[in-house]
Amino acid sequence: MGKATVIPFGPQHPVLPEPLHLDLVVEDETVVDCMPQIGFVHRGLEKLVETRDYNQFIYIAERICGICAMGHSLGYAETVEELMGVEVPKRAEYLRVIWHELSRIHSHLLWLGLAADAFGFESMFMHCWRLRERILDIFEKTTGGRVILSVVKVGGVARDIDAGQMSEILATLEGIKSDYGALMRTLLTDSSIKNRTVGVGAIGYDDAVALSMVGPFARASAVNYDVRSFGRGAYGDLADFQPILDNQGDCYARVKVRCLEVLQSIDIIAELAAKMPAGDIAVPVKGSPADGAQASNVLEQPRGECYYYARGNGTKHLDRMRMRTPTSQNLAGMATALKGCDLADVNMIILTIDPCISCTER
Amino acid sequence: MGYASKSPWVIHYDGSSCNGCDIEVLATLCPGFDGERFGVVNTGNPKHADIFLVTGSVNEQNIAVVKEIYDQMVEPKVVVACGICACTGGVFHDCYNVIGGVDKAIPVDVYAPGCAVRPESLIDAIVEGVKVLDEKAAALKAAKKGGR
Repeated sequence: MGKATVIPFGPQHPVLPEPLHLDLVVEDETVVDCMPQIGFVHRGLEKLVETRDYNQFIYIAERICGICAMGHSLGYAETVEELMGVEVPKRAEYLRVIWHELSRIHSHLLWLGLAADAFGFESMFMHCWRLRERILDIFEKTTGGRVILSVVKVGGVARDIDAGQMSEILATLEGIKSDYGALMRTLLTDSSIKNRTVGVGAIGYDDAVALSMVGPFARASAVNYDVRSFGRGAYGDLADFQPILDNQGDCYARVKVRCLEVLQSIDIIAELAAKMPAGDIAVPVKGSPADGAQASNVLEQPRGECYYYARGNGTKHLDRMRMRTPTSQNLAGMATALKGCDLADVNMIILTIDPCISCTER
Repeated sequence: MGYASKSPWVIHYDGSSCNGCDIEVLATLCPGFDGERFGVVNTGNPKHADIFLVTGSVNEQNIAVVKEIYDQMVEPKVVVACGICACTGGVFHDCYNVIGGVDKAIPVDVYAPGCAVRPESLIDAIVEGVKVLDEKAAALKAAKKGGR
């Protein structure tokens, strides 16, 4: 064994769209330890609930993260609705889930592209992002925004999707399927990709549970945990929902789980579109949360379970808003997966947890 | 401007943004908008870059990193503030931890507002940045001649 050396990784690094700093302790070519350092994106958003009222804060909530924007506005709105005892119309619930699943597709396609870039497959990166543009076109048509949608509000949604738009969405998704199938075949069967992913950064079931991993990262280690299977909101009306699992726990399994989740999301959207009830898309919300009222909520973000907590103080402003994001749950798993890996695999392992630093630090 | 005098290489850094503008910066360079039509190439090395695309309102911990990347870039160089947070601080302007805009840390040449910044306006900003790059290159050349 050689002498231990520390190699700094980030905060500015070609594979990271976001700033994350790691001190990698390396002996020869093997990583023996890693110390993450975060704080480059901390803006202090939880503090802003004191200066913005609960209706305004939804626009802050969705700017916690530009990739999970739809999820955060949805999670926040559901929490405040529970706090105030608001019943959301059924149609609004369906529309929310449809947009949320679309954003899962866009997030996973984005991630598959970045992962391909991490092992040097740049044309695959371009192809994934080309498909992702079709989802962003749907967002732009239905909400007006590509990234920040601003479509969820406390009490419902701000816009409706009419029958014509809905059939257009379904046609687009159906059209994506064949292109996506070709990409997926390459990602899952190409030998040059398998060389970089199979057996790399494996985490077993026991470790995954002990480290409280969530999302596709945990499901790749056979942890059967997906908040969508609780059947809340429109998810409850799905005929059948089975989380996608794999038992290998390595980078290949994580790619595979996310690949299949895209197809699952397309199916969920098609099913909900067929069952879409008519009716209002929002109810008026008046008054303010009671003093001392508390509410909590969980939501399956593209990266895993996200927990929300809110407390009222009798005014329009919330007393406290807290969230625990999937990436902060998964950082411990990432540090474990990195120990003992080759230096060349560090990029791939960091990306396979799909880190979202701006969610984590807020 | 007629023909672009240079194919600008860009470096991107997330100065405490929400990711929204960062993924739009990458989307600009991908097939949908194809920034590569203008010869724009994304590089991870500040020493190779002509244009610095910074997003976000820059927090206390990030000032040093943004300055470091800027200092490592070779003259002439152009800084583009991508998104409203990078321009003015945006919705985060009154957060306790942000300085509210990239121009409080390093000099900015082109501002591209939007939340998130649209790829069209980013392409516009980069093309504008090439113009500024030309002017700076000419000024450097003139200064060199004058010095002799």
